[in-house]
Amino acid sequence: MTFVDDRAVITGIGQSQIGRRIGRTGIDLALEASERAVEHAGLSFDDIDGVASYPGPVNAEGGFVGATTHDVRDAFGLKTRWHVSGVETSGQIGTLLDAAAAVASGRATHVLCFRSVWEATAQASGRAAALTGKMARASGHSEFRLPFGAASPANWIGMYAQRYMHEFGLTREQIGKLVINGRRNAGLNPNAIYRDPMTMDDYLGARLISWPLGLYDCDVPCDGATAIIVSRREASTGLNNSPLAIEAAGASLAERHTWDQRADLTTMASHDAADSMWETTKLTPGDVDFATLYDGFSYLTTQWIEALGFCEHGKVGQFLDEEDRYRLDGELPINPHGGQLSAGRLHGYGFLHEACVQLWREGGDRQIAKDVEIAAVGIGGGPEAGCMLLRREG
Amino acid sequence: MSNQSGRMLPEVTAESRDFWTGGFEDELRIYRCRACRGWIHPPVGACWRCHSRDVGPEVASGTGKVAAYTVNHHQWFPAFPPPYVIAAVELDDQPDVRLTTCLVECDVDAVEVGMAVEVVFDKQDDVALPFFRPVTK
Ligand SMILES: [Zn+2]
Repeated sequence: MTFVDDRAVITGIGQSQIGRRIGRTGIDLALEASERAVEHAGLSFDDIDGVASYPGPVNAEGGFVGATTHDVRDAFGLKTRWHVSGVETSGQIGTLLDAAAAVASGRATHVLCFRSVWEATAQASGRAAALTGKMARASGHSEFRLPFGAASPANWIGMYAQRYMHEFGLTREQIGKLVINGRRNAGLNPNAIYRDPMTMDDYLGARLISWPLGLYDCDVPCDGATAIIVSRREASTGLNNSPLAIEAAGASLAERHTWDQRADLTTMASHDAADSMWETTKLTPGDVDFATLYDGFSYLTTQWIEALGFCEHGKVGQFLDEEDRYRLDGELPINPHGGQLSAGRLHGYGFLHEACVQLWREGGDRQIAKDVEIAAVGIGGGPEAGCMLLRREG
Repeated sequence: MSNQSGRMLPEVTAESRDFWTGGFEDELRIYRCRACRGWIHPPVGACWRCHSRDVGPEVASGTGKVAAYTVNHHQWFPAFPPPYVIAAVELDDQPDVRLTTCLVECDVDAVEVGMAVEVVFDKQDDVALPFFRPVTK
């Protein structure tokens, strides 16, 4: 059994200019990424009959929502048979999994999936009001956190990290090795935001944000958009690239959608998503050639490493000590592009993009040396997460 | 904007009113299922354990233990000068029910998992925020 009977494949990818405060709108960036993805696939906009995005037109400040599906439809005059966006989904790739299901069931043939952010520019122009007090009262998901000064995901995730460290002895130095690995890879990625090498002293000496998380445990807001084309398998022949199969996907949520009520505080929704993913494939963690794992905060990556079965629960500290294992030339390279901590917060889609880049061997200086056929992608964490296994064919 | 103290106060809803105002009577009011007697937080209109709709606020003990914590070092709000401690406090009434809260009247460096704490209300305008402090004997 494979995800949607193997009827959905990835045929093209595209990314806009990426940077800090580049002064472009989120729509502009989304359109650029979309053009590149359509061209990369060898399609035209007349072929695109579906659009999917995260999170859609939700009320958000600070450049979090760069463009909606309607923005992109309108700009390119798309005639679509199917479109979707939403924030109540499984990690940032939830609607992309829906797109795969839509093409598998015949509702669309080529779906343009995208995520656009312009947080760096928006925040520089003073639009990051969410934390600084434009809201009259904390409501919705913030009601039970903001009144206690728990303003940032760094606070919510810091508590998870603290409990895990307490239970299993994971150290800041061990997490730092993962962060430094990402920075080393980012040095080979011309599109990364931070490319200078980082030492353990740099990491440990950076100011604390919310202990145990310091500055370099938190990703970097940027401007940029990513687009992915999901196509029906029969429609993928004769295009530019050999299709990438979505071998398996996981989108499960086994507990309440909260940051503090999970029965076991040393796990996250990543574990639910990964468990359900492995149930749908004959592949095992040992078959994975490399992984791109969400690092909106460094600790989230440690959760994906465990959740996806690359080490036993409770043992991620020992895993991280074996740095050679997850370097670019290692047995399981992690985040060849540098992750969001160094390459910029493209908010989930960047990890999927990088998995495709590597599988198509378009990584340039950062291309993984060994032949890679199977990629694991883990996106999100905390109360919601989604993951997938991609398989290169041919 | 936050109130005069600089606190970001909560939007009180029908479900959360008792939680946010019980402190004016020195009561920590947490949703509870009248069918299976399980506690529920944040408040929601049914019991996730047994699916009963017969749920509503009851008075909890107001004591608990630190399940996890973080020391915040970044200035987010004027009323919360860093460093300050945010904790997930598990209720003695039912340890798998937790409140995200502020630890007060404590040494930031002395906080640890399992530390016994008790509620203390920070009254601001129309709400009483349930903060927690170490139990001193
Ligand atoms: Zn019940």
